[in-house]
Amino acid sequence: MRPLGLGLAAVLAAVFLAGARAGAVEESRALTIKDHRFDPAVLEVPAGVKVKLTVRNLDSTPEEFDSHALNREKVISGGGEAQIWIGPLDAGSYDFMGEYHADTALGKVIAK
Amino acid sequence: MLATTIIVFREVLEAALIVGIVLAASKGVAGRSVWVGAGVACGVLAAGAVALFAGALSELAQGMGQELFNACILFAAVLMLSWHVVWMGRHGREMAREVGAVGRAVAGGARPLYVLAVVVGIAVLREGSEVVLFLYGIAAQGDTGALAQLAGGALGLAAGIAVGGAMYFGLLTIPQRHLFSATNGLIVLLAAGMAAQAADFLVQADVLPALGQQVWDTSWLLSDKSIFGRVLHTLIGYVDRPSGIQLTVYFATIAIIATLSKLAGHAPQNRAARPSPAE
Repeated sequence: MRPLGLGLAAVLAAVFLAGARAGAVEESRALTIKDHRFDPAVLEVPAGVKVKLTVRNLDSTPEEFDSHALNREKVISGGGEAQIWIGPLDAGSYDFMGEYHADTALGKVIAK
Repeated sequence: MLATTIIVFREVLEAALIVGIVLAASKGVAGRSVWVGAGVACGVLAAGAVALFAGALSELAQGMGQELFNACILFAAVLMLSWHVVWMGRHGREMAREVGAVGRAVAGGARPLYVLAVVVGIAVLREGSEVVLFLYGIAAQGDTGALAQLAGGALGLAAGIAVGGAMYFGLLTIPQRHLFSATNGLIVLLAAGMAAQAADFLVQADVLPALGQQVWDTSWLLSDKSIFGRVLHTLIGYVDRPSGIQLTVYFATIAIIATLSKLAGHAPQNRAARPSPAE
């Protein structure tokens, strides 16, 4: 148990340091899916704050908003709308896609 | 068609790996195929239901119904897996002591198989509902390629099941006396990965803080988009860019299960098979 305990303590310390950078400010952004494409495909958001994405699916078929970079996945039914919280992000570029139409439904979040 | 095959394969893979591990973990236990079969069947039905009501589910809890639902069923699976490990911690040694397949089957007969059935059902439900939604989308578009796409989906399903089968037969090559500790170890990591994923859904719903969006990034080494990354994601909870809360929950789950199964292993047992102190 001792190595496990130490590992846990190290992880908690790393987490605390990472978490200390997190701000409390919140932002929101809206995007749509039409003809299996995101609009806008590139979203600029401020770094270091939580952002609420509202994704409106104008297609009649379901789509899954999927991002490994952001650790997010959410199904949005045809004609439906979904809110997805992301961040607080470090500055950088984070890809996302519609998993069911990965050839056209591509986008990224750029945190500055 | 190939894209369809890959998407269906990716989803089926996770559930198939879990079914493979559960089958190996319950090897030699009477009635396990009935329980696991029932788990798969219920999972498929529930996947259809979840896909059907995906829109309504999403709108619950101010639009966060999907996340809360996913987090709840994942935590339920974690509880079941933990219970299995703790149970094995308590009874595993006596099972290993029993000589011969018949003795083991008798000793193993009391194992709570419904626990594993629930885990299988949840795994199939989670991945299955995504497959159903995806295939529904293709069918609804109704273009001429739809039939080929569905054939591609069937191919992906078969390939996923084949990998689950390989997992099962691979585990069976482990000598019997080590098999239970091996599957138990796998199940602890499986549970920890699921708990971390559940925590991630709660972050997405803004219920839990992320505690650092990315503690590290190993996507250059092994992307969790790749098939191998996906396999490791299912088996040990590998995430290439983990958040702080995922790591915390992952290691806390391992620590809690290890502690509980250790405590259960040391607790006095009222079993006739155990030599009693002189009276």
